[in-house]
Amino acid sequence: MKLRTKQIISKILIYAIVILGAITMLIPFFWMISTSLKSGPETIKIPPIWIPKVFRWSNYVAAWHAAPFGQYFINSIIVTVVTTVGQLFTSILAAFAFSKLKFWGKNVIFMIFLGTMMIPSEMLIIPNFVTLSRMHLINTYPALILPYLASFFTVFTLRQAFQAVPDQIYYAAKIDGASDWRFLWKILVPLSKSSITAVTVLQVISCWNAFMWPLIVTNSNAMRTLPVGLQAFTTDAGTTYQLLMAASTFVIIPMVILYLFLQKYIIAGISKAGLKG
Amino acid sequence: MINEKPTFKSTLKAFLYLLPMLVITITFNIYPIINSFLMSFYTKYDFFTNKVYQMGFGNFVYLWHDPNFHLAVRNTLIFVLGVVPATVVISLVIALLLNKIKFLSSLFRTIYFLPFVTSTVAIAMVWNWIYNSNYGLLNYFLGLFGIHPINWLTNPHYAMIALIIMSIWKGLGFNIILFLVGINNIDKTYYEAAAIDGANAWQQFRYITLPLLSPITFLVTVNGIIENFKVFDGIYALFQGTPGPSNSCLTLVYYLYNKFYTEWQYGVAAASGVVLFFLILLVTILQFWYSRKHVHY
Repeated sequence: MKLRTKQIISKILIYAIVILGAITMLIPFFWMISTSLKSGPETIKIPPIWIPKVFRWSNYVAAWHAAPFGQYFINSIIVTVVTTVGQLFTSILAAFAFSKLKFWGKNVIFMIFLGTMMIPSEMLIIPNFVTLSRMHLINTYPALILPYLASFFTVFTLRQAFQAVPDQIYYAAKIDGASDWRFLWKILVPLSKSSITAVTVLQVISCWNAFMWPLIVTNSNAMRTLPVGLQAFTTDAGTTYQLLMAASTFVIIPMVILYLFLQKYIIAGISKAGLKG
Repeated sequence: MINEKPTFKSTLKAFLYLLPMLVITITFNIYPIINSFLMSFYTKYDFFTNKVYQMGFGNFVYLWHDPNFHLAVRNTLIFVLGVVPATVVISLVIALLLNKIKFLSSLFRTIYFLPFVTSTVAIAMVWNWIYNSNYGLLNYFLGLFGIHPINWLTNPHYAMIALIIMSIWKGLGFNIILFLVGINNIDKTYYEAAAIDGANAWQQFRYITLPLLSPITFLVTVNGIIENFKVFDGIYALFQGTPGPSNSCLTLVYYLYNKFYTEWQYGVAAASGVVLFFLILLVTILQFWYSRKHVHY
C-alpha cells in the first residue's frame, strides 16, 4: 500500500514538471497569437490581457498589406520548392552512385565530401557572394537557389537508405534487363520512400526558415523571402506589436502545419541524422 | 557480377550520376573553401575588378589587435557556455520524465519540439515583445515576485542572458528527441536485473542510464557546441539588425557579417571565418580524442 502511494506521488510530480515545461514552451506561441488579435491599446495593458474580448482578425489583413507579404510568400514558395526538388534530384543520383555503382576513386571522393560537411557554411558566404556577383546574379532567384541545389548531408542520408536495399534486388533487376536508370526510379526510390520523405521535409523547413544567405543576396522587395521580409517589416512597423505578431504568425504557420502532419517523418529523420555521428 | 571490379565504363557511368551534384558542390562548396582560405591572406583586394594587389598575414594581425574581435570570441564562448550545458541537462531530464509516462506522452513530445520547426526570425520577434521592458510578459511575471522591471534588450548586462534563454528554449526539442531515442535503445533487462539486486531509482539512473546514455550525451554536447558557435539569426532578429546594446551580443559570425556586409573588408571577414573554422576543427579533434578514451559504448 505504501509503495502504491509513493508511485502515485512520483507520477503526479512527473506530470507537474512536464506540464510546466510544456506551458513554458507554448507561452511564446500563445502570446504571439493573443497579441495578434488585440487592439493597439489592449497590447500595452497591465496586467496583460490573456485573451482579448474581441478577436481583431483585421490585424492580419492590415499586416498583410503593410508590407509586400504576398510577394514574400511567392518568393519563399518558389525558392523552397525549386531548392528542395533540385537538391533531391542531385542527391538521389549521387546517392545511387555511392551505394550501388562501382567506380574508381569512390572512397576518396566520399571522404572528401564527408570532410566538407565539417566546414561552417558561414565561411562560404563571402566567396559565394563574389562568385554570384561575378555572374551578375545577386538579387535573383538563382542566387537564392543555386548554392543549395546539392547537399552532401542529403546524399549521405540517402546513401544509407539505398544501402539498406539488398544488392541482390539490384542484380536481379539487371538480369531482368532493367537499366540502372529504371532500377533507380522504379525500385530503389519507391523502396526508400520514408527516408526520402524525411530528408524532404527537413529540407523544406530549413529552406523556408533560412535567413542569413537570403539577407545577404537580396536587396529589393521583389526578391526577399519571408524571414528577410519580416525582418525588414519590423523596421517599418516599429512598436505596432499587434501587426508584428500577426505577421510572425503567418510566417510560422505553414511550417507548423507541415510539422503536425508529417511529424513522424521529421522525428525519424532527426533521430537518424543525429545518430549517424 | 557481385565481386566485379570497377572498369573504365562503370566509372564513366557513375560519374554521369554524380555529375549534377559535383558541379554544384565544386562551384559552391569546394572552390569557396579554398577561396576563403586564400582570401584571408588578401590584404589589398579590389572586389569590383577581382584584383589582388597584396597578400600577407595582415588580416590575422588585424584580428589579433581588434578589440571587437576579442569581444566577439569572448561573447561566442559565453554564449556557448550559457546555452549548451543548460540545454543538455534540461533536455535529458525532460526526456527521462517523458519516458516514464504513457498518457499524453506523444503530445508533450510534439509541444517540446514545436520551436524547432519555427523560423528563428519570426519567433525572435515574439521574444523581443516578451522582453519589452515596459509592457513585456516577462517583466510582468517577475513583477509578481516583486522584481523590478529589467531592460532585457537595452541593458548590455542582460542582453546576452535574454539571447541565451531564447536559444535554450528553441533548441530543447531537438535534443529531447535524441535523448528519447537513446533511452529507448537501452536494454530493459539491465533495469530488471538491477531491481532484483535492490537498486533504487537513483542508483539505476546513476549506474545504468547515465553510462549507457553517454554516447548520446556526448553527441548532443558536441553538436550543440558546433551549432551554437555559429549563432547569428537569433541575434539579428532579437536586436533588430544590431549585435545587441554596446556590442554585448557581437559573436564570431556576427563579426564576420559586419566586416563583410557593412564594412566591405573582405579579407578581414574571410580571416575571421578561418578562425571560426579552426575553432570548430579543434572541437572536432577533441571530440575524437575524448570519445576514444572516455565514452562507454
